[in-house]
Amino acid sequence: MFEPILTQNINRPDSEKISTYLANGGYEATRLALTKYSPEELIEMVKRSGLRGRGGAGFPAGIKWGFMPKDARLQKIVAVNTDEGEPGTFKDRQIVERDPHQVIEGVIIASYAVGASRAYVYIRGEFFLGVKRWIKAIADAYEHGFLGKNLLGTGYDLDISVHRGAGAYICGEETAMLESLEGKPGNPRLKPPYPAQIGLFGLPTLVHNIETLACIPHIVLRGAEWFANIGTTESKGPKIFSVSGHVNRPGNYELPLGTMLSDIIFEHAGGLRDNKMLKAIIPGGASTPVLTADQVETPMAFETLERAGSQLGTGGIIVMDETTCMVETARRITKFFVHESCGRCVPCRIGSLRLFEILERVEQGMGIPGDIERALYLSQNIDGRTFCPMGAALVNPARSTILKFREEYEYHIHEKKCAPNTN
Amino acid sequence: MLPQTKSRIANPKSRAMLLAALYIAQEQYGWLSPEAIQRVADRLNLTPGQVHSTASFYTMFKLQPHGKYRIQICEGLSCYLVGGAEPIIEYITKRLNIIDGDASPNGKFTLEIVQCLAACDLAPAIKVNDELYGNISLERLDEFISKLSALD
Ligand SMILES: Cc1cc2nc3c(=O)[nH]c(=O)nc-3n(C[C@H](O)[C@H](O)[C@H](O)COP(=O)(O)O)c2cc1C
Ligand code: SF4
Ligand code: FES
Repeated sequence: MFEPILTQNINRPDSEKISTYLANGGYEATRLALTKYSPEELIEMVKRSGLRGRGGAGFPAGIKWGFMPKDARLQKIVAVNTDEGEPGTFKDRQIVERDPHQVIEGVIIASYAVGASRAYVYIRGEFFLGVKRWIKAIADAYEHGFLGKNLLGTGYDLDISVHRGAGAYICGEETAMLESLEGKPGNPRLKPPYPAQIGLFGLPTLVHNIETLACIPHIVLRGAEWFANIGTTESKGPKIFSVSGHVNRPGNYELPLGTMLSDIIFEHAGGLRDNKMLKAIIPGGASTPVLTADQVETPMAFETLERAGSQLGTGGIIVMDETTCMVETARRITKFFVHESCGRCVPCRIGSLRLFEILERVEQGMGIPGDIERALYLSQNIDGRTFCPMGAALVNPARSTILKFREEYEYHIHEKKCAPNTN
Repeated sequence: MLPQTKSRIANPKSRAMLLAALYIAQEQYGWLSPEAIQRVADRLNLTPGQVHSTASFYTMFKLQPHGKYRIQICEGLSCYLVGGAEPIIEYITKRLNIIDGDASPNGKFTLEIVQCLAACDLAPAIKVNDELYGNISLERLDEFISKLSALD
């Protein structure tokens, strides 16, 4: 049995309170980091831990910290991404609502390591309880001297404030988030320059997902080697997997990276509802390519999922049984992207809509021969030709379901209805 | 000084308060009327155009009046898979005689069809104003609407 790390506190009564957190060894990591380690040592430690970002892209955290300029005269910023909106993902909401203090510790340690004196939390506007929990947790941390001037008597200063988003998935993309924090529409910025060079208000900015930050205090307390011992060669540490769809026990399951997808679905999430057969799985949030039932023996790690033709993404696992129509699945997710395109570039703004129109008519039995090829051609022309990574993401549902379930598309086009026993 | 020049030299930190200011204005005015937009612009030393361009980008900012109870129904994949989305939307549409984005005839309810609420473990999920409700069935929803209808 794997002992939960990031979710070790969440089932305690009043788990979100600072008193609960302190009673269970809370803020020891901060004390240790600020008094026993130099910023360089902390950056080295995070590099050795092998921690990779949990926001979707999986970039090595320590390397990103190392990109921040060393010039002490430059003001630097840490921006905390709590904008979770990828369909099928609900881990960040649980973290803020039920254990915000471990994230605050992660923010303090990361800020100290990169020399930032200011941190901004960006939280999805719909997370009403999350906003309240963030604000309360930060106020309590100030009161206990973990934030503000001269933290724990070390002479280091850090201020944090909470900014509430207002309903735009794209603001989870790091540069769109910075635009939104500046009070503008959330249109992504061109990269490079990366936020580590020119970020919020033009200052070097370290952006992290909150699950990534939640790992930091545990790495400081138990060591980089301990962390690197969990997981696979290229995917280290614990991960919160959000499981939803046709399973008996949907929910968040914290497990080592590299845990078999089959174990997560059949053991942890209790298998499929009504003893139905497994048909397909989306392994890392709605924008990751679909896997077929015979790929269920894939370890949930960055490298193994890539080899299987998909991605770890956010770790949001959507399970579909034999009755699920794959055209409808692709249609529904693509509709989401049409809605969420920021509108800045044509391939995404118009391309997503055209793709959706094809999927919709195929699903409604009005598809015409050539629609499959048209959808693939369109996908090819959107992928990699957009301003931000949303383009690459939005083609995944259509393209992967066509590649894996092409016969269902053909059935729709020829028979004008969903394949037998699906809807 | 032209308002444009004024805003260009304004402190960027003041613009950074824009989303927060829009939330406050929306709370006070009920929605972001032209008057509310103007107030925010004056306060933050921005042009109404700048304020409007930001406000119109975000779905939670309302540029039209809406009902007292905003019922948001998730049509995301995970909610759909377990029987949510369309059946619930259809039910609300009939029961309250409204369509997506619109307010009910008595101005009490607004229906908003939304994407994943990050509550897929509680699917089907809906929100009423700021409150999240999971494992919604038509029976529960029915009770809910009756209760809200009885309030003023
Ligand atoms: C369209 C799009 C949406 C994204 N949404 C989120 C999000 O909601 N939360 C998040 O943490 N990262 C999101 N990301 C990833 C961020 O851009 C960024 O990589 C991440 O916050 C970095 O943190 P990490 O290194 O800790 O993962 C998104 C990226 C894209 C392209
Ligand atoms: S790819 Fe889509 S979301 Fe990204 S900048 Fe272009 S239009 Fe906006
Ligand atoms: S799909 Fe409805 S809450 Fe995620």
